[in-house]
Amino acid sequence: MNDILIFIYSNPIAETIRENEFLFPWVETLHVLAVTLVIGSIALVDLRLIGIRALNRPISNISKELLPITWMAFLIAAITGTILFTSNAMSYSQNFYFLVKMILLGLAGVNMMCFQFIIGKNIDSWNHYQQLPTSARLSGAISLALWVSIIFFGRWIGFTLEPVLAVS
Amino acid sequence: MQNSALLHFCYYLESTSLNATIQDHFWIVPTIQSLHILAIASVLVGALLINLRILGIHGQSEPITTVIARYQTLIWVALPVLLITGSIMIVGEPARSLTNPAFQLKMLMLLIAILITLHFQRNWHNNHSYAQADIGNRLLSIASLALWIGIVAAGRWIAYA
Repeated sequence: MNDILIFIYSNPIAETIRENEFLFPWVETLHVLAVTLVIGSIALVDLRLIGIRALNRPISNISKELLPITWMAFLIAAITGTILFTSNAMSYSQNFYFLVKMILLGLAGVNMMCFQFIIGKNIDSWNHYQQLPTSARLSGAISLALWVSIIFFGRWIGFTLEPVLAVS
Repeated sequence: MQNSALLHFCYYLESTSLNATIQDHFWIVPTIQSLHILAIASVLVGALLINLRILGIHGQSEPITTVIARYQTLIWVALPVLLITGSIMIVGEPARSLTNPAFQLKMLMLLIAILITLHFQRNWHNNHSYAQADIGNRLLSIASLALWIGIVAAGRWIAYA
């Protein structure tokens, strides 16, 4: 495990980031921008699913409008996040908040799959609904709770990261 | 900008009990920053959807005024949250923020971005046409997107500048 982390840590992109003091903040800025767009767009879909916002608009319209933005932003967040991780792989992999954030991301993915393939497979037939079926509302609430937690845990990483020496 | 009045104000803030409370409790700053980021998410997604519509890139099935009416609340509801959480961060570490060029630039960009948003709201008030925005407004909306991105960037750079 440690060998893998050291291998990741010593990749050229990670080294460039460690050697250039301005690169890390810029990648971090991109990561923040992407993450805010991910949660902002997902929250609008979730609030419609739960039945708090935009009740007169069909959920299928809202998800078609917003999900391209979510996926684009998620791709950027994943790439920048990976770069940030590799620049300090040992420290992140031992950070409690980082590990929980990754688990929450996994759960958000599972929740999304459940909605996509099970709960929401008849999403177009809900077009005239104001309040959606309970399963859909629950799915939205779980998604929103997970993403808000992901933001909190993500922000906490920056305050709790401890240096781990690369020497083995 | 680093004049003596501003520095005195920083010293004053550092002597407040709120400053001491924030300094004494480790969890306050990350919690406030997380709330700040959530509010930024609301502003950004609202500004993005409005500006993409004005640019004619996204959401053309509806008139510009409908899109503005739908998403402007995301901006106006989040701004007070940003003001409150931002102020708490300032009281916690006044000199780190108020005298920081990144912070000052952020406030300037915020002011301009708000003015552009207000201009859009007035411009499309009661105008329900599907017509494309003119070149001036499209340029303004590019400026608005650039400013919001700049605001987030400057915010992150307060920690490094």
